[in-house]
Amino acid sequence: MRSLRWKIAGHALALLATVLLGGLFSATLVRLAPGFDVDERELDPHLNATSVQALHDARHQDESVLRFYFSYMKRAAHGDLGTSLALGQPVRTLLRDRAPLTLRLLAVGLGLAWMLTLTLALSAAWLRLSVYDTLTTVVSGTFLCLPAAVLALLSVLWNVPGSLAIALIVFPHTYRYARNLLVKAYSRPHIITARAKGLGEARILFWHVVPVVTPQLLAVAGVSVSLAVGAAIPVEALCGLAGIGQLAWQAALARDLSLLVNITILVTLVTLLANSGADVIGHVIRGQEA
Amino acid sequence: MSFWRKLACVVLALVLGASLAANWLAPAGYARQYRDATNAPPSRTHWLGTDEIGRDRFARVLYGTRISLLLAPAAALLSTLMAALIGGLAGYLGGIWARMAMAVTDLFMSLPWLFLLITARALMPLNVSPLVSVFVTFLLLGLLGWTAAARVLCTTAGSLRASDFVRQARAAGLPGRKLFWVHVVPNLKPVLYAQFWISIPVFILSEANLGILGLGVAEPMPSWGSLLKELEGLVSLGEEPWKFVPLILLVVVVTSFQFLLSRQEELAA
Repeated sequence: MRSLRWKIAGHALALLATVLLGGLFSATLVRLAPGFDVDERELDPHLNATSVQALHDARHQDESVLRFYFSYMKRAAHGDLGTSLALGQPVRTLLRDRAPLTLRLLAVGLGLAWMLTLTLALSAAWLRLSVYDTLTTVVSGTFLCLPAAVLALLSVLWNVPGSLAIALIVFPHTYRYARNLLVKAYSRPHIITARAKGLGEARILFWHVVPVVTPQLLAVAGVSVSLAVGAAIPVEALCGLAGIGQLAWQAALARDLSLLVNITILVTLVTLLANSGADVIGHVIRGQEA
Repeated sequence: MSFWRKLACVVLALVLGASLAANWLAPAGYARQYRDATNAPPSRTHWLGTDEIGRDRFARVLYGTRISLLLAPAAALLSTLMAALIGGLAGYLGGIWARMAMAVTDLFMSLPWLFLLITARALMPLNVSPLVSVFVTFLLLGLLGWTAAARVLCTTAGSLRASDFVRQARAAGLPGRKLFWVHVVPNLKPVLYAQFWISIPVFILSEANLGILGLGVAEPMPSWGSLLKELEGLVSLGEEPWKFVPLILLVVVVTSFQFLLSRQEELAA
């Protein structure tokens, strides 16, 4: 119990440090990008000298990365995430409005990907037929060789939901690991002995295979969240879905510092939480087994 | 070498050979426009038809393949060298250096690869000459793609540092720099080769993703990414199937790399 608490505390500290560094990294990247000092609005002939000066001064405040970042952190602590320059709306509103769609897309996409992964990997490990194994490997290999953006385009072409595109982007990665883990688990001596003694397949699976592979599968599940978040950008951008992936895309194109820093922090937080959560659950399971 | 690996080598050699011979095989340059034959279907003159501004698609596929197939390995080489230098050296030095390298890789790896790539590419100038856009795209892939490899190399170099032969060499008075180059780096070679081969298909796919999103190689220069962007305008799958040729070629090439990769992974293991 004590070691678990230490593990959680260690994860929380590492997570906080990485999230803060991630935000600083994206702020630095935007600040160093060529053309950061240019604001197209200053060229508007309808604006008078005072307005142009006001825009210039507002831009000037963001010139020092550290100053921008610390003032951002101070404001964020009070719930103010700043205003998007490109979209002219508070970042908090933008994120709140778009988060449900992305969360739904990711949840359904990941659910489908794991359903496909476990069905194919388990059946491949159970059946132990080389033809079936080759077939599933070819299917997952084909999807692995397709760019995420092509799958997004094909989902638009065939009018299938974006979550299916995310599932097909994530599935080949998870399938490879899951299949190898299950095949390895099924070839262990105690499983071969259990089979020889006539134990049922379901009992072998739930009593002897699942406990062995669960911690590693959980680690893969954590990584799959990161894959799905990355896949959400081309899927939302190309399928015209107004989620956070599309927002990230728009923020990057418009060099919207406030928006990009917030999205980077959010994305880092989500991926790290998923990985740390998987790690802690895996630790608990291993602890129970020991 | 298995039959499939031999086949993969032959396919890659054929595709690379054809792309290098584009000047002779293609009916015209990649930017040459046939204004009286825009959006033309395949014919004897234009084997894969023409695009919406009348450029020969077969020529563009050949030249685009050349760019992707030559520059993805170049970017992979850059990222592998960076990984060797940062990960290998940090692992060999150990202590604070290894922890710092791990922290940096943790930071990079906490951001999804596509998110990092798209953000970084969008922040670079987009209205540059086609040639500059080619170099910016692949340079970025090389500069951002070293982290996972560095992590592996840091761990491998760390275990080499603690190995008996390195300790013996150190006890015999071999200077640190010589120890690193003579005893550590040669033992990292199998991992470096594997990382190099792993990076190539990843970079090819990444360039394709960037190209489709309009952040890759600028027009009129062709690349697999910009050629696949044509799929955006399709209404149905059977409408113009020849537009899928770049996609099929990409899948064949990446699959061939995957077959070679498994061999490299075995060697590294």
